[in-house]
Amino acid sequence: MGKDLIELFAPLFSPRGVLVAGVSSHPGKFGYVTLHNILSSGYAGEVHGTNKEGGEVLGISLFKSVVDIPAEAVIDLVFVCTPAASNEQLLRDCAKRGIKAAFLTSAGYGEAGDEGEKAERQLVDLADELEILLAGPNGQGLVSTPIKLCAQIVAPNPPSGAIAIVSQSGNFVSSFENFSLAAQVGVSRAISAGNAASLSVSDYLDYYSVDPETRVSLAYVEGIPNGRDFYQRARQVTARKPLVVLKGGATDNGQRAAQSHTGALAQDDRIFRGMARQAGIAQAFSVEEAFDVSAAFATQPLPRGPRVMILTVVGGWGVVTADAMSDSDLVLADIPKDLEKIIDKKLPARWSRNNPIDCAGGETRDTIPEIMAIIADHPEVDAVLYLGIGIQSNQAKMFRTGPWGNDPDVTRIIAYHERQDARFALAAAEISEQTGKPILVATELSLTDPTNAGVKAVKDSGRYCFPSGPRAVVALNHLWRYSQYRKKSNRTK
Amino acid sequence: MTKKSETKTLSEPESRALLRQYEIPCVSDSLVEGPDAAVAAAREFGYPVVLKLSGAGLAHKSERGLVRLGIGDEESVSRACTDLLAAARPEDHANGVLVSPMVEGSREFIAGCYRDSSFGACVMFGLGGVLTEALADISFRLAPLDHYDAMGMMSELTAARLLDETRGEPAADRKMLAYILEQLGVLICEREEVVSVDINPIRIVDGKPLALDALVEVRP
Repeated sequence: MGKDLIELFAPLFSPRGVLVAGVSSHPGKFGYVTLHNILSSGYAGEVHGTNKEGGEVLGISLFKSVVDIPAEAVIDLVFVCTPAASNEQLLRDCAKRGIKAAFLTSAGYGEAGDEGEKAERQLVDLADELEILLAGPNGQGLVSTPIKLCAQIVAPNPPSGAIAIVSQSGNFVSSFENFSLAAQVGVSRAISAGNAASLSVSDYLDYYSVDPETRVSLAYVEGIPNGRDFYQRARQVTARKPLVVLKGGATDNGQRAAQSHTGALAQDDRIFRGMARQAGIAQAFSVEEAFDVSAAFATQPLPRGPRVMILTVVGGWGVVTADAMSDSDLVLADIPKDLEKIIDKKLPARWSRNNPIDCAGGETRDTIPEIMAIIADHPEVDAVLYLGIGIQSNQAKMFRTGPWGNDPDVTRIIAYHERQDARFALAAAEISEQTGKPILVATELSLTDPTNAGVKAVKDSGRYCFPSGPRAVVALNHLWRYSQYRKKSNRTK
Repeated sequence: MTKKSETKTLSEPESRALLRQYEIPCVSDSLVEGPDAAVAAAREFGYPVVLKLSGAGLAHKSERGLVRLGIGDEESVSRACTDLLAAARPEDHANGVLVSPMVEGSREFIAGCYRDSSFGACVMFGLGGVLTEALADISFRLAPLDHYDAMGMMSELTAARLLDETRGEPAADRKMLAYILEQLGVLICEREEVVSVDINPIRIVDGKPLALDALVEVRP
């Protein structure tokens, strides 16, 4: 089944050539923007365009019609920016020359009243008849980073990575891509499902679950026409890979028997919440959480247990992060005796002696990487949260921009601080790799100063720099729940 | 979608019989036709007892004063039975009075199942008693559900700690509660005629969950 899905979706996510139908010469129009975004993102396949008047845009000679395109042109995907009324002929012409997939940005379908709904049903029938894989209509486009394809009517072009996105709102595709770009935690595929007339969110998730480029799927959903079907298919997805879902719209459209309390208390979002837990879905309750969790799945191994050790050089953040754990299934583990003895030798006598491990400002050059390695390696520790990276680099920045920025002693310490933070970031990634345990690094500098050397080094190490300890806790909790879900599913199989 | 008018409710004895068929523990009861039989049943159970009017058309009995709690002697049983029968309306389809022993326990939960138009058969568990609808401290799973799902439904409640040892009462038997939820899932999947089931309340009696009242809505 996996291989069939990959073949089925290849024309959409791995096209050998793309045709933009309805190219415009006006940079304000979708037909121009799409062509621009495809051409400027490094796509190596053939790119063609049509326009009623022909002409040339962005160096591409436009054909007046699909039938005018030479037979030797290799095109798998048509990206449709033409009005709904002209799409039937367009798709017929495309099918004739072997185009296998269509992404429709065109509006005027299911979202546009009874007439639109009728047009949408006809569109689906037509695509079925022509054996064209139909994405949209009324969508904003798609991204496929393995082939450097950014076919969207919006920015940005996200970096390549392991998160696959599907959204019922086109804007959220763009928003998650913005998060990806800022965090440098990349995307494998992304698509705006639009009206999802033919291909549904579940269809894309099926494909993502077998896509070798994808480690985690991230879906934004609003209305789900068939909750039971969504549940059953989500279970197939989570049996293979993690799935993060953000659900918008707490409105309740269900009609229910009012006789029972059970029926009266049932609301779509309440049932959805229970269904998500049952299906092993990581349900996020904010846009930020949705990206945090996806980034965690994409860059961290799954924890094998709930015991978390917090390593901090910032006391207050350690406390609020420990507090956040009380709302989770994670355990703020006691420091094992043997571990305490080892740490005793590395830190001044005033260190916290409990979890969070507060270094109490007693760090020397090698303290952080050494202690991190020791605690992560301990058999009674399942995950580590490291808080406070970038503090010294923050001072380094103030030195650099201050009046004594060129003083040799100051320049020396600037370099030392930045080197140290980079070392710590690298240590977190390497120790996580060696131990197979998640090590999450968090600092508010991730938001307040993305140029900070510590933050930058976390990104360069291929990991996500969490914007706060509590946000890292929420993400880690999702990883732990999924880890348990998989263990349970494997047992009951 | 089934409309209210197209469904009917089972009488309480019928509802309990259905639950018992699915091994859901219910408080013992005896359906009697008049005061003498009520007194005999009360003597059998031991005082205090609970008397309720029974009838296929009865949904929300407490609101109409058709549940008499903590009755302590023969004379009161006899009088309550007479009163309840006198209060019956034709649409209640009253078939007698239900006598049960009064069981003690300060913790009450609600459990149920129903058919959702989008998600299909669902099972619900939540905080019971008078605050059920105001707090809506409830959780859902789709049926059928497994033990792990059922345990999750309990720990998801804000009031989950009520299931632990509380105010001198032993911890609730979570495994037993989980079994009840799993069985509700089996029931709603197997019985096509069942539209919804409310067990309200499930009281925790010496740590054991016990269904005190049940309402089953069925298609005719």
